[in-house]
Amino acid sequence: MSKKLLLTYDHIPGINTLEVYRQNNGYKSLEKALKTMKPDDIVEEVKKSGLRGRGGAGFPTGMKWSFLAKPEGVPRHLVCNADESEPGTFKDRYLMERIPHLLIEGMIVSSFALGANTSYIYVRGEYFYIIKILQNAIKEAYAAGLLGKNILGSGYDLDLYVQPGGGAYICGEETALLESLEGKRGNPRLKPPFPAVAGLWGRPTVVNNVETIAAVVPIVNFGGDEYAKIGIGKSTGTKLISASGHINKPGVYEIELGVPVEEFIYSDEYCGGIRNGKKLKAVVAGGSSVPILPTELILTTAKGEPRLMSYESLSDGGFATGTMLGSGGFIAMDEDTSIVKNLFTFARFYHHESCGQCSPCREGTGWMEKILKKFIDGKATMSDIDLLWDVQSKIEGKTICPLGEAAAWPVAAAIRHFRHEFEEYVKNPQSIHDVKHYFRLNNLVEA
Amino acid sequence: MFQDLFELEDIELMTTTTEIKFSDSAQQQVQEILHQYPADKSKSALLPLLHLAQAEFDGWLSAPVMDYVASILNIQPIEVYEVASFYSMFNLKPTGKYLIEVCQTSSCWMNGSEDIVRYLERTIQAETGQISPDGMFQIKTVECLGSCGTAPMFQIGDKYYENLTFEKIDTILDDLRKENKRSRYV
Repeated sequence: MSKKLLLTYDHIPGINTLEVYRQNNGYKSLEKALKTMKPDDIVEEVKKSGLRGRGGAGFPTGMKWSFLAKPEGVPRHLVCNADESEPGTFKDRYLMERIPHLLIEGMIVSSFALGANTSYIYVRGEYFYIIKILQNAIKEAYAAGLLGKNILGSGYDLDLYVQPGGGAYICGEETALLESLEGKRGNPRLKPPFPAVAGLWGRPTVVNNVETIAAVVPIVNFGGDEYAKIGIGKSTGTKLISASGHINKPGVYEIELGVPVEEFIYSDEYCGGIRNGKKLKAVVAGGSSVPILPTELILTTAKGEPRLMSYESLSDGGFATGTMLGSGGFIAMDEDTSIVKNLFTFARFYHHESCGQCSPCREGTGWMEKILKKFIDGKATMSDIDLLWDVQSKIEGKTICPLGEAAAWPVAAAIRHFRHEFEEYVKNPQSIHDVKHYFRLNNLVEA
Repeated sequence: MFQDLFELEDIELMTTTTEIKFSDSAQQQVQEILHQYPADKSKSALLPLLHLAQAEFDGWLSAPVMDYVASILNIQPIEVYEVASFYSMFNLKPTGKYLIEVCQTSSCWMNGSEDIVRYLERTIQAETGQISPDGMFQIKTVECLGSCGTAPMFQIGDKYYENLTFEKIDTILDDLRKENKRSRYV
């Protein structure tokens, strides 16, 4: 069993077609599942695999599946969360674009395991070209008898549809996604009831990320125990990492969980080091919501151990000195990057994306953006740093959904680790203009 | 999103008396979309139908167009307005023929999205949000489009333009001027 489980065949020409996909072990897990396994056997294998939700929260998938209510006569649904919108994250897009059938195979196997006969893939609306790729692949699967009635002669029926979003980050939150799929505004629901009990149209529903569902394919193929041998500790299996920022080789990498962060950044197998021979300044390791860490803390933990790309190692030290694996949106910043300006782009993002239901988030995200704008404009005072801290601290834990935390954490971490930069903006308002932000376009700025 | 809400107050009424109706091919698509949900859950078709309506009716959703969508789904017009105003992809005002959606978040900013916007504004001779004098282009700054590894980027219709340079932008805009066909997602 190789280290790569999802992106094994992604570079084979034509792998987006059913024919080439099947020539490369495609739909083997479906045959195995339908012909040799019962739905509960699959749930058991997923539990054994230790697979954790790959969308960001990292909740054990097998456990989530086992919560699904099964009242007599009520249809159940599987909904794939392909509303990938966390800044820094583009792995699901890559997977769906390159190997759409891997997601579809995972959807059929998972739907069978959960007893769902109608499933949906909710794709962010901006990815319309991906939606077309998925729809073509689904059409191929129907024509080959892999979807529809009596799949592969097993007596199992499944219809699979793709639903476009409308451009709203909040719909990546599973209850907001369900609201959106019901044709409403993407306002997150109060929990409980959880979707496992009352989800889509009030029916028991499981919502899983694209990568999570794709991972079910190797788990069924090789068995949960074999999958669990890959990775490190409770971080089993592989993870797709979206690498961007000031690195030599941005892109999507499938890593075995447990790779040292230093190796991930500097090895030619992955990011290939920092662009233009610059030094690394900071990393946002798991998408915009997770705390930013300065170089010394991202490469080693506070205890001085090498930091690894795993759920446990990245969060070692809590938020004081650690961060989170999150969605695997890995943004590396070089020595010339303004932490304050980057934070401003995050704050603007969360303000734009707040659904407006809860006052702490609706008002707080706006205040954070405004205060950060003052720094950028050179109009901030020292007390604004404390004000910013105060505002973020009043959002966390006071909202229906985690967007509040997602907006507050990056602000808190930036002040925690880079307070001196905020102070510099106050002391020397011109500093923003002195920093070279641009690289690729540097020579064209004056044009 | 709040700005969008306020814009709802100035929803422009169509002055034309032309009947608002989907083309035959769009009507067929409507049927296919409705087929995806249980018969009593057809409101789920709202987002797909709004995308289709926007593509069919000049790239934006006027009040009469939204009312038309409401009538297809047999729901109240307000149920359509509140949804159309929530999601950033729905335009409640006319746009340039090509809506250029420039990502400005983190990785794109680090890779020069502000320069992309400045260069575009100068090239199309219109500030962000304004339609260019020839009616061809309009810049809209948007939040993360999931193209961080190929920054800077913008989206026009369903197409992603990535790893942008000023030279690339010149070519893209020239090609679109020649094509002269309204951009659409669907």
